[in-house]
Amino acid sequence: MSLLVPDSGLLFWMLISFGVVFFILAKFAFPMITKSVEERKTYVETSLNDAKQAKETLARVEDDTKALIAEANKEQGRVLNEAAEQREKIITAAKDEATAEARKTLDDARAQIQKEKDEAMLSVRREMASLSCDIAEKVLKEKLSDKDTQMALIDKMLEEVVKDGSLQQSRLS
Amino acid sequence: MMRRGLIIIAMLVAGCVFFPTRSFASPSEEGGEINVQHIIFEHMLDSYSWHITKVGEKDVVIYLPVILYSKTTGWHFFSSRRLHENGGSYEGFYPAPEDGPHAYKLMEKMPDGSMVRPIDLSLTKMSLALLINGAILLLLFLPAARWHKKHRGDANAVPTKYVSFVEMLVDMVEDGIIKPCIGENYRKFSPYLLTAFFFIFTCNLMSLLPIFPGGVGVTANISITMFLALCTFIAVNVFGSREYWREILWPDVPTWLKAPVPLMPFIELIGIFTKPIALMIRLFANMLGGHMAMLVLTVLIFIGFSASTVMGSSMTVLSVLFNIFMYALELLVAYIQAYVFTLLSAVFIGSAQIYHHKKPKEESITNTDNTNN
Repeated sequence: MSLLVPDSGLLFWMLISFGVVFFILAKFAFPMITKSVEERKTYVETSLNDAKQAKETLARVEDDTKALIAEANKEQGRVLNEAAEQREKIITAAKDEATAEARKTLDDARAQIQKEKDEAMLSVRREMASLSCDIAEKVLKEKLSDKDTQMALIDKMLEEVVKDGSLQQSRLS
Repeated sequence: MMRRGLIIIAMLVAGCVFFPTRSFASPSEEGGEINVQHIIFEHMLDSYSWHITKVGEKDVVIYLPVILYSKTTGWHFFSSRRLHENGGSYEGFYPAPEDGPHAYKLMEKMPDGSMVRPIDLSLTKMSLALLINGAILLLLFLPAARWHKKHRGDANAVPTKYVSFVEMLVDMVEDGIIKPCIGENYRKFSPYLLTAFFFIFTCNLMSLLPIFPGGVGVTANISITMFLALCTFIAVNVFGSREYWREILWPDVPTWLKAPVPLMPFIELIGIFTKPIALMIRLFANMLGGHMAMLVLTVLIFIGFSASTVMGSSMTVLSVLFNIFMYALELLVAYIQAYVFTLLSAVFIGSAQIYHHKKPKEESITNTDNTNN
């Protein structure tokens, strides 16, 4: 029975000890601890957020860099292709020119050869003419040792000269 | 594990068999008869002195001051040693009988022979235990608070292990109980609920400590739990919102239930008192029950030995095993009861902090949701 009867003296001491503990802790301890724990919590939260943002920014920068590199690679490819085309063109042009030059040189040479050949032929012909003249002269000298024969021949020749003198003249010149 | 347990049991049995003649001289052992009720009351009730232990034949006792105010003879102030020397009575004060409502408390003998209880402000065993527990709480929290004060605004300060531990304790109660139960207004009540939780928890743990600063079941005393319940009562009703009082005096029920006969307001008003009374009884009964169970298990040893040595030896083994179990259970209960008291206090306080009343339709929906869950 006495277990269930509250005692005023004990209530008094409970009031003192609990009251003092409550007063001191409520005034000096708990607000201090909870406040700074909360502050730390918000600090950690903001730090985490900042870190997250920084990570995102970093990822974005990385993406940008990748895109930039890809573009640069593309550009490089394009430039290389263009250069190759240019080279091809130049080589082709050079080849064409060289071929044309060679043909021209060949043609010139051919023309030169032709000309020289013609000249050679002419000079040969001239030589042949003079040679035949000499031979003819010698033959004639031999045949025309007497006067009558000489006269007969002169007449005959004169006749021939008169007949196609102009022709003969042009061939000899 | 199993083997170790067996060895321990064997040693216990051996101890009991080889030293069975060791006497457990106790004032409760009158002529061989063991007065179980006396032993239990002696441990559970308050006392004017603190019997710590017995060294040989000598009792080690802390004699505490007795402070009495009698309406006829005024203030009396003396050491409880006087009571001890004079067989329990001194200056006209006599201990009350064990079966009365004030067992062992000092009563004043009036000239007409009747016994009257004086105003008793003695620093009793439980009062001293309360002061010690309070001091322990202050020693636990104040250095941590000082650290926080020193490192105020310094977000990069790394708390020491002790400070982190205290933070964890405070955070556990505040984040786990107070915030979710009270809601946005929690800051006003947080210090009280934190103090109540740690006070109860410390008292519960200290009552499980079998030697001097502990061993006093203060939370197993109805005065203490009554005081705490009263604090919650005040926190609920003094700081209750207007809406809370409106719901008590004019609840949302059909009009014939509240006028002309105020049936529902009456029930609600009773509810105001039953809640803290339930708090008071719950903590008190749980702690008392646990302590009593352990005491009875211990007393079983004496009863066993009073029957026979064999009986006593086997009782010792059983009792020790059960007591170990009870001790572990009580450690759990020490936390759970502190938790439950704080949780319910917070729920009651939170229910008195209504400002925006929900529409009845929404409320019914949330209610059905809760029941479904």
